[in-house]
Amino acid sequence: MRELTYNEAAVEAVAEEMRRDPKIFYMSTDALPPLLKEFGAERVRATPITEAALTGMAIGAAGCGFRPIVDWRQVTFCFVAMDQIVNQAAKIHYMFGGQVSFPILYRAAVGGGGLVAAQHSQSPYSMFMNVAGLKMFLPSTPYDIKGLLKTAIRDNNPVISFESSRLMARKGPVPEEDYTIPFGKADIKREGNDVTVVALAWLVHEALAAAEELAREGISVEVVDPRTLVPLDAETIRNSVQKTGRLVIADEAGPTAGFSAEVAAVIAEDAATFARLKAPVKRVCALQVPIPYSPVLENHVFPDRNRIIDGIREVLRGRRSAEAA
Amino acid sequence: MQSLSPNLPPEEQREMLRRMLTIRRFEERASADYLAGKIYGVVHCYIGEEAVAVGVCTALERGDRIISTHRGHGHCIAKGADLNRMMAELYGRQTGYCKGKGGSMHIADFGIGMLGANGIVAGGIAIVTGAGLAAQMEGKGGVAVSFFGDGASNAGPFHECLNIAATWKLPMLYVCENNMYAAQTAAAATHALSDVAARATGYGIPGVVVDGNDIFAVYQAANRAVERARSGQGPTLIECKTYRWRAHTERRGQPDPRDPGEREAWMRRDPIAQLERQLREQSDLDDAGMESMERDIMAALEAAVAFAEASPFPTPEQATEDAFAA
Repeated sequence: MRELTYNEAAVEAVAEEMRRDPKIFYMSTDALPPLLKEFGAERVRATPITEAALTGMAIGAAGCGFRPIVDWRQVTFCFVAMDQIVNQAAKIHYMFGGQVSFPILYRAAVGGGGLVAAQHSQSPYSMFMNVAGLKMFLPSTPYDIKGLLKTAIRDNNPVISFESSRLMARKGPVPEEDYTIPFGKADIKREGNDVTVVALAWLVHEALAAAEELAREGISVEVVDPRTLVPLDAETIRNSVQKTGRLVIADEAGPTAGFSAEVAAVIAEDAATFARLKAPVKRVCALQVPIPYSPVLENHVFPDRNRIIDGIREVLRGRRSAEAA
Repeated sequence: MQSLSPNLPPEEQREMLRRMLTIRRFEERASADYLAGKIYGVVHCYIGEEAVAVGVCTALERGDRIISTHRGHGHCIAKGADLNRMMAELYGRQTGYCKGKGGSMHIADFGIGMLGANGIVAGGIAIVTGAGLAAQMEGKGGVAVSFFGDGASNAGPFHECLNIAATWKLPMLYVCENNMYAAQTAAAATHALSDVAARATGYGIPGVVVDGNDIFAVYQAANRAVERARSGQGPTLIECKTYRWRAHTERRGQPDPRDPGEREAWMRRDPIAQLERQLREQSDLDDAGMESMERDIMAALEAAVAFAEASPFPTPEQATEDAFAA
């Protein structure tokens, strides 16, 4: 199968959908050259640096029958549009009794690794998960981002596509033919029996590397990639933990009230899963500080495969003696 | 001094009067029912400002779109919303415009181009600018109107949207209802310039100040702006100087620091009384005509209240419906 980068797969998803549906148009502070070339300046709009206006205009255009895409570029730029996201986009369908739908895609790059310091290295998706009325996802592969973006563009609700900065240039197989990936469907990226690692985006790859390394020691790691944050595929996560009895959650965001906390709650609240836990849940997250600039500091703040391995060893501690008893 | 009547047939001028009076009577009833505990939450009355909504909406076609503010009943009625469904919404019933999920601050009727009242000051300006962009892309000559207050004119979205609408020549009317107070704070204390319309210069678009209690002045300014928008020349900022007669909200004990003399002076310039006087002088409107108009409006309101009261409340389970569109 041919290979595309994560970013190429994303652009291809948008282009294919724009070819399919003339109601789709694209707004961002710089027009993406391949889209501009194919679709022209009417449908691929370079805008003023006006995220609040763009975010709100998408709502109005969607309510009038269009299917806008707003590319915030980096998630950090959307904070000036929080009223439009939280008070308007998330609520307008429900608050008006469902009288019309608002099909909108917002795109935002998240995550660190670029040594661009606190304002450009954020992973704040849990802030948005907390707001009722928004769907969102965070893919880890070119295949997933293409399929999820196509689903998002065809969805009749505001959807946020969080896209990992670290993965933009990463290649992976992407079929030529049309496909979509449904929301709320996790993907088991590697099957295993001893411990479940639920990881997002770049940390899916770190978890896979950790699993590979631990396999040499006879430790069998299952890596679950939720892909969609809202709706979250709790069932797949619970089933995996029921099988392994141990859970490590790896997230590039901080732990406090985060995605990792939500996954831990999904496990703890479910009697059948809770009963099968053989060890406390372990979270492997960024430290709860703004992301610093210097490589020494940034590397220390973010989790990686080594910390995932440490986390796995922690939940496995005492395994032999417990199982012998 | 009221403006000369525009080139509108007498029955349309009488319709303007009827709509203004409907807004007033609707809100008098809403206020009374709110104080009686039949309407919940919060109610913001538009009384005194009716000429702005009706004057502007008279210049629009049904397919044109508007957005409103937290003080939204007037815009709904001016655009042709159904009184029954409005009242049912205030009463929190299933049959309301929002199935009882919105209340006074969130009435919308997309079917008539009323894109909603909005509980956030300046919250609707960007949304309706998107409707203006949609109208431009549709290419059928539609326009979109943002109603907002003097308070919103100090918020970021006002400036962002004027710039983008001017740059893209969007078919927009930005109608500032300057009632001189943002909640309890005087506009004079929060605006460096006395005229919001003067800010249009900074965006290279026309800025017009009109007497917002003079419905013909409002209508004529809106009409010119609509023509300009429909012909692809871009947006206009219209500032309507007006006054809200009642406190910021209908809550009992709501502080109202405004000078009573100021309020009385504005009440003497009642937009409804002014139009009534003019139509009595210039058309065949007489006592009988006024009485019949009042009777019809009160009957429609009684029917709306009866409809609301007879309508079921939502079931508790309906709280989870419409969370997402299918």
